Amino acid sequence: MKKVWMMSALAAVMTVTAACGGGETETEEQSAETQAEESATTDEGSSDEEGTLSGEIAIDGSSTVFPIMEAVSEEYTKENPDVQAPVGVSGSGGGFEKFIAGETDLSNASRPMKEEEAAALEENGIEYIELPLAYDGLSVVVSQENDFIDSLTVDELKKIWVEGEAETWSDVRSEWPDEPIERFSPGTDSGTFDYFSEVILEEEDISKNAQLSEDDNVLVNGVIGSPNAIGYFGYAYYAENQDSLKAVPIDNGDGAVAPSEDTINDGTYEPLSRPIFTYVKVDSLKEDHVRDYVEFANDIAGEMALEVGYVNMPEEEYEKNQQKIEEAAGSAE
Amino acid sequence: MKAINDTTAQSYPKTQKRSSLSGREIKNKLFKSLFIGATAFSLLVLLVLLVQIFTQGIPYLNWNFFTSFPSRHAEEAGILSAFVGTIWMMAVTAPVSFVLGVGTAIYLEEYAKKNRFTQLIQMNISNLAGVPSIVFGLLGLTIFVRELALGRSVLAGGLTMSLLILPIIVVAAQEAIRAVPGELKEASFAMGATKWQTTYRIVLPAALPGILTGNILALSRAIGETAPLIMIGALTYVAFLPEGLLSQFTVMPIQIYNWTGRPQEEFHFVAAAGIMVLLVMLLLMNSVAVWIRNKFQKRF
Repeated sequence: MKKVWMMSALAAVMTVTAACGGGETETEEQSAETQAEESATTDEGSSDEEGTLSGEIAIDGSSTVFPIMEAVSEEYTKENPDVQAPVGVSGSGGGFEKFIAGETDLSNASRPMKEEEAAALEENGIEYIELPLAYDGLSVVVSQENDFIDSLTVDELKKIWVEGEAETWSDVRSEWPDEPIERFSPGTDSGTFDYFSEVILEEEDISKNAQLSEDDNVLVNGVIGSPNAIGYFGYAYYAENQDSLKAVPIDNGDGAVAPSEDTINDGTYEPLSRPIFTYVKVDSLKEDHVRDYVEFANDIAGEMALEVGYVNMPEEEYEKNQQKIEEAAGSAE
Repeated sequence: MKAINDTTAQSYPKTQKRSSLSGREIKNKLFKSLFIGATAFSLLVLLVLLVQIFTQGIPYLNWNFFTSFPSRHAEEAGILSAFVGTIWMMAVTAPVSFVLGVGTAIYLEEYAKKNRFTQLIQMNISNLAGVPSIVFGLLGLTIFVRELALGRSVLAGGLTMSLLILPIIVVAAQEAIRAVPGELKEASFAMGATKWQTTYRIVLPAALPGILTGNILALSRAIGETAPLIMIGALTYVAFLPEGLLSQFTVMPIQIYNWTGRPQEEFHFVAAAGIMVLLVMLLLMNSVAVWIRNKFQKRF
């Protein structure tokens, strides 16, 4: 009896899986067709008669920009529940790769587009506009236990981080202790590293002693743990850990300035304050729901930026963005 | 003779006892405590991890957590889309990998001639089981997402995951089939049964527990994987549920990874709550595997 039962169970499993397996290949074939149809229909028009918007928006790119875009999508879907605006995190470079392949409508980036990326887009005939959304002030931080650093000049920063320059703190300023410098830096794939490398290292190699991590919380903990440690990362990570971290004021010739919402917003915290962007495909702006989303994003980006730990830009920057959107949408029609 | 025997019999155990106290027994005790120490250490690490996750996560683990979409506010963030996305992906991965994996195993064990070619296949399957998962992600991106134009869909994700766990399933199923005693098969052949009849009626029922256990363990691995899905472009913020095989989706490990990377500490607690859900899910799957093995186990 038991054997019969077991065999029928097996048969059941086999038929079910066979059916599913069979079904899979069918749907696979259908899927290509339906997808083609789908994209055709979304292209034709994304609003129905009542004027409520619907459709999909493909957004991908930098993990730095993600919290802002997530907030924008969250707010947007509250008002337009039929629009699907999911956000992916492939990194600035990975996002551009998908943008170049024509797979995304919006590509978030924590650095400006590189020349070769722009060239690839041109080759594929994809037009785009660049919209800065907010500022991120890269914060150079030391532990609260560190009692000797009160500010750093850009040259000193370079000395600390470039390979083969300073070994100990006393190499940077002679009155500082003769202790080895412990460095914590974001990974070389990140836009944060790219930006730091450009403005501070001036494209020279970063010190081999630097500990690199893609996870900024690892950097935070590394710096907190030692009075001789120094690190840099986005302002949000400093703002959340002000009790245990000290932001080092940076002197770029006009006196030392510490990062704060005000100094980042008005541009006095430089050169480490950087804009973060989203790039929009001009063809996608033809679709009502994408244009509506992008305008909505531009309207609330500043407010959302502050909520998630970034800094808003001056109002005229957003007005400039709005003009860009209108021009691009006009040219697409 | 007798007297000599007696003396040796008496003195022999004595010397043995003395030497054991100084050497063998001490060694025995030493290694015993070493092994206990090793076990205790890993248990301790696990315990610390679990305690930390539970103390952080429990305040955030409420009904809202299961019924909400992700949010920029930690208190409002939920795992709904990731949870449902994981189940959707498994619904694709499980049948596809079962049919392909067990089919391959049956072919290799029962039908294929043992020649260079099958040896080559065998070797490649074992090698594939050790290929880093991100490579399967690249494969999935090229074949499913781009060539077959499935986009960043549940279907593409599920098929990529199937590829990832296929080698494990094939190897496990092969082992299970190989463990079926040869006499059973020979008896079946002697009765005039064909190869398929023998496979279907004798080999598969006997090997089923092993095959299913291997399957479920492989699926548990797929549930916890992130890298290949990020590669094919599975999303991080998803505020809708998949409606079909071509819907975009996210899964639990991606969501958890994103939460742990946030600067705000509250999100790390939300991540802990997510980890708890994932742990319970894995535990459930593994207990099903154990249950199946015990239920169907037959000794020959």
